[in-house]
Amino acid sequence: MNPTNYIVLSAILFTIGTVGFMIRRNAIVAFMCVELMLNATNLALVTFSHMNGALDGQVAAFFVMVVAAAEVVVGLAIIVTIFRTRGSASVDDANLLKF
Amino acid sequence: MIIMFIPLLIPLVTGASVAFWLLAPVMILGALGMILSRKPVHSAMCLAAVMISLAIQYAALQAPFLFVVQIIVYTGAILMLFLFVLMLVGVDIRESLVETIKAQRTLAVLAGLGLGSLLIFAVGNAIIGPNIGLRADNEEYGGNVQGVAALLFDRYVFAFEATSALLITAAVGAMVLAHRERLTKRRTQADLAETRMQRYAETGQHPGPLPTPGVFARHNAVDTPALLPDGTVSDLSVSATLRARGTILDSRDLVKPVDQTVEAITDENSPHTTEEEQP
Repeated sequence: MNPTNYIVLSAILFTIGTVGFMIRRNAIVAFMCVELMLNATNLALVTFSHMNGALDGQVAAFFVMVVAAAEVVVGLAIIVTIFRTRGSASVDDANLLKF
Repeated sequence: MIIMFIPLLIPLVTGASVAFWLLAPVMILGALGMILSRKPVHSAMCLAAVMISLAIQYAALQAPFLFVVQIIVYTGAILMLFLFVLMLVGVDIRESLVETIKAQRTLAVLAGLGLGSLLIFAVGNAIIGPNIGLRADNEEYGGNVQGVAALLFDRYVFAFEATSALLITAAVGAMVLAHRERLTKRRTQADLAETRMQRYAETGQHPGPLPTPGVFARHNAVDTPALLPDGTVSDLSVSATLRARGTILDSRDLVKPVDQTVEAITDENSPHTTEEEQP
């Protein structure tokens, strides 16, 4: 199996995640797009690991998963707190710090 | 003619390539569905499909440990956390389609196309050399899990220890952020009853529980509004969430058979009634 296919798939998924992050207003969906980007990166890491015959890429993907878990916990707690105080989960509504 | 080629074709088609070509369209469609669906719950489901397909790709890339971790941690824990928060924040929220920045979506799609072509043509062409595979590495310590563990607890042990600090910080941070300080006195049942009676005295609002949903021959679910004695529909008998979602039954459909029955009973000139009464 040609590893280029996996890399291209990973690039497409990363791009879709980026576009979704830019066009979606709901904070939770934007956050899901970040997760999709992290997943696409993991696929690239695992593919590189397979290609080079070294397990280091898999360890890197494992660390990405750990950091993503921590990030999701804190990020969702922030979203819940903002929703509680402002009554909205839209990223456009949290604009009090704007000039 | 085709039969002659089958022995030639079989070595070319491996399980990995079948899995890739079956799942890659599913993943891309799932990702597109995630960013295009209006309801956040549908987005979460599409993301789950992408993540499970990704786990199978890991298995095809000789990474059984990551295959399991992807399903347990990503699909099982992280995505379920997303769903919990969606239920907490409200499943009904819909995004406004008004663009705050002019032509934001068009520009975003253009930028995405640029980024995608850059990634595919630059990084996709960076692959040089043979595809070695992980057979030797996976067998060095007796398996993929043992191999990953040997790396994790030897070369990457400091990074591994640092992640424990990260996880503890994240747990504490989530507790601090989600914690709510009680600023007012806790309201007891006696206080609530007093408020309810006060409201009854002032505005005449009924102090008892809300009416139950309607019970009909065909429907008795929570989305069925109840009928009042005068034949009108009680708005209080269905949840406001269901009404906001637009999934309650149409009250006219419920009233119509009742009206027909009442009409049939009261109408003395109806042949059905007269036939029964005359003998």
